[in-house]
Amino acid sequence: METLAIISGAVIGIAILMYVVLDGFDLGVGILFPFAPDGGSRNTMINSVAPVWDGNETWLILGGGGLLVFFPIAYSIALPAFYIPVMAMLFALIFRGVTFEFRHQAHTSTHLWNRSFFWGSLIAAFMQGVLLGALVQGVEVEGVRYAGGMFDWLTPFSVLTGIGVVVGYGLLGATWLIYKTEGHVQDWARSSAVVLGGGTLIAMVAVSVMTPLLRPAIADRWFGGVNILYLSPIPLLTLALTVLLFWSIFSKRELLPFLSSIGLFVLGFAGIAISLYPNIIPPSVAVWDVVAPRSSVIFALVGVAVVLPMVLLYTVYAYSVFHGKASEHGGYAHHEHE
Amino acid sequence: MPPFDAEILARLQFAFTVSFHILFPTLTIGLAGFLVFFEARYLRSHDEAWLVLYRFWVKIFALTFGMGVVSGLVLSYQFGTNWSEWSRVTGPALGPLIGFEVLTAFFLEAGFLGIMLFGWQKVGPRLHFLATCLVAAGTAISAFWILAANSWMQTPAGATLIDGHYIVDDWFAVIFNPSFPWRLLHMTTASYLTTALVVSGISAFYLSNGSNREVARRAFSVAMWGMLVLAPLQIFLGDQHGLNTLEHQPIKVAAMEGNWETRGGVPFHIFAMPDQKEQRNRLEISIPYGSSLILRHDPDGIVPGLKDVPVEDQPPVGIVFWSFRIMVGLGFLFLALGLWGAWARWRGTLYDGVWLRRLAVLLTPAGFVATLAGWFVTEVGRQPYTVYGVMRTEDSFSPTVTGASIATTLVLFLIVYGGLFGAYLYYLTKLVRRGPDPLTTRETEESPEAIRGARPGLVVPAE
Repeated sequence: METLAIISGAVIGIAILMYVVLDGFDLGVGILFPFAPDGGSRNTMINSVAPVWDGNETWLILGGGGLLVFFPIAYSIALPAFYIPVMAMLFALIFRGVTFEFRHQAHTSTHLWNRSFFWGSLIAAFMQGVLLGALVQGVEVEGVRYAGGMFDWLTPFSVLTGIGVVVGYGLLGATWLIYKTEGHVQDWARSSAVVLGGGTLIAMVAVSVMTPLLRPAIADRWFGGVNILYLSPIPLLTLALTVLLFWSIFSKRELLPFLSSIGLFVLGFAGIAISLYPNIIPPSVAVWDVVAPRSSVIFALVGVAVVLPMVLLYTVYAYSVFHGKASEHGGYAHHEHE
Repeated sequence: MPPFDAEILARLQFAFTVSFHILFPTLTIGLAGFLVFFEARYLRSHDEAWLVLYRFWVKIFALTFGMGVVSGLVLSYQFGTNWSEWSRVTGPALGPLIGFEVLTAFFLEAGFLGIMLFGWQKVGPRLHFLATCLVAAGTAISAFWILAANSWMQTPAGATLIDGHYIVDDWFAVIFNPSFPWRLLHMTTASYLTTALVVSGISAFYLSNGSNREVARRAFSVAMWGMLVLAPLQIFLGDQHGLNTLEHQPIKVAAMEGNWETRGGVPFHIFAMPDQKEQRNRLEISIPYGSSLILRHDPDGIVPGLKDVPVEDQPPVGIVFWSFRIMVGLGFLFLALGLWGAWARWRGTLYDGVWLRRLAVLLTPAGFVATLAGWFVTEVGRQPYTVYGVMRTEDSFSPTVTGASIATTLVLFLIVYGGLFGAYLYYLTKLVRRGPDPLTTRETEESPEAIRGARPGLVVPAE
């Protein structure tokens, strides 16, 4: 059962990582929205994500649904514990999601939906960062129930991770736009990526310094015995990727900045996973304490093994249909003049 | 009762968000099927009117689908935020069904919706048609899993409650639980019927004001054929579903019938004011032996009564009783519309009858009302349980979440969903008023192969 629990945890981890990377860049595009040079660039920006955003967000449903499938107890502890940030995130995602269709139908109210897209993306990203911080710092549990208050999630650490995720998603969005646009939109995306790359780096360092200070167990995981040797590739690779990110932006590569940013997110995610393992709800609930009954886990894992590869295949296909530069017209083209 | 009773608030919130959500899939499940039909007709006949029709309805589909996505996302987290006890206990049985819905339906819909909406210039007509078919399949698969989950809560099977959660012994029995097949058929048909009403209503509106005649005639004709087949089918399925409920959830049927004593020769109440305190009806207007005849096909047939269980185990009778009558009444009205349409078609006046068009316009939103009423019957009728007969609603909500938080989010949902619904109706009306876009001359004359842009009016701005 321990092996099954670890595999289940890995499936949830992959779903969340897929979500963070994929929806991360389209939320990032939303965060950058008001800073775009003009209305035409905003059309290009929204067109670059319109055909894929829905699929990206589906990973969030898989993350939540997956938690209910594999770890129903963790699901029933975490969601009441994070009631307010989860609800805030959902409301924000509603505003962000309806923008695609409504903005496209709108004429005189375009500016209204521009705002809804920005604030929706910003608040959703911030709340996701807050949720991350709130999880890492630990949740009070008694038996199989949450035992804390409504505002336990709100701490300086969770606010810091919230800001970090906003900046990081901004970087993903900016580097995505370097890849998907050209001309003055691309130039603007490049300079934004430099600023946001710097911000992401600062946030990653700050979170990395604060995390081991949260609990001795985490410090021990990283620095106890020879662990630091085994784990040293993570900070070293992060450093290498940061260099690659800036080099690729300055040398006007188009795809490489986006890939480097994804790499940074993957490493950050791995760092958090290492800090938390084997807990799914730190500091005390391990994956094998709360894994669903064997019959449910096996049934779901078989499904995942059969269906997920197909999902990945046609997701790649859907992306490939819309390869190349996004244009101001076509797709959700909309004539916003400024 | 404390000022904020968390259970009532959580129930109100869920009732509101789930009712709001179901409106959109109800249309998209059926409309996806209509779009497959329109595109197939276009591909076979190369008659451009079908393409114009497809392009018009795909816009309404996209708008509605977007609303379904955002309101559905809320639900997948609300199970945990507001109903954590229910999640923990039923998660091992229901979690995988919801997980499979995400894996086999949501990804499929999301993956190919982009191609369906924006892919005309990127893929060939056949691949585009495949995308439409896959999106339609996705909506149907989604209905399959979520109705399996809902039906399991009505008629749990294949799992045992041990140590505070369910352990599944037989997945086939969980999925194909006793009420699932009828509920799936009843809801899918409701979806297609609702869509047929929306399509016939909007087409009748065009026929009345004389605009878009060519495409409006086709759509009206297709929709009226749909009504003729679907309305009687739905009445039959509803009857079978009701008999299934009689077998597995007799108290729900007692509430639907407003019947208090278990006995034979029970009349069907056309009108009554059920009084749960007094455990009797006021102001009954009834058809003698009606209920026994419908449920047992025998005037002396025994019909279960609410008093078989104590008051605290009875569902709120009034809501179930009246929702049932609204649903059935509308169902027969739909049948009348279908028959009238067939009669008019036979006489050759399908497109010219003023009153037929008026009735069709009037009934445009009626499918949604009937569908919601049906869900009220089955969901309120399941009370006071979340898992029928086993887990009570009062034991299902999140014990640590305060009433104040649920009240706050409930008010926010009311405001936000109210505003969104207003915006949705506003943009929907705008689309309908603008009507289908004719193909541009460039598309039809210069390069016939360019007849692919799903949204031509946007590539070439009108002004």
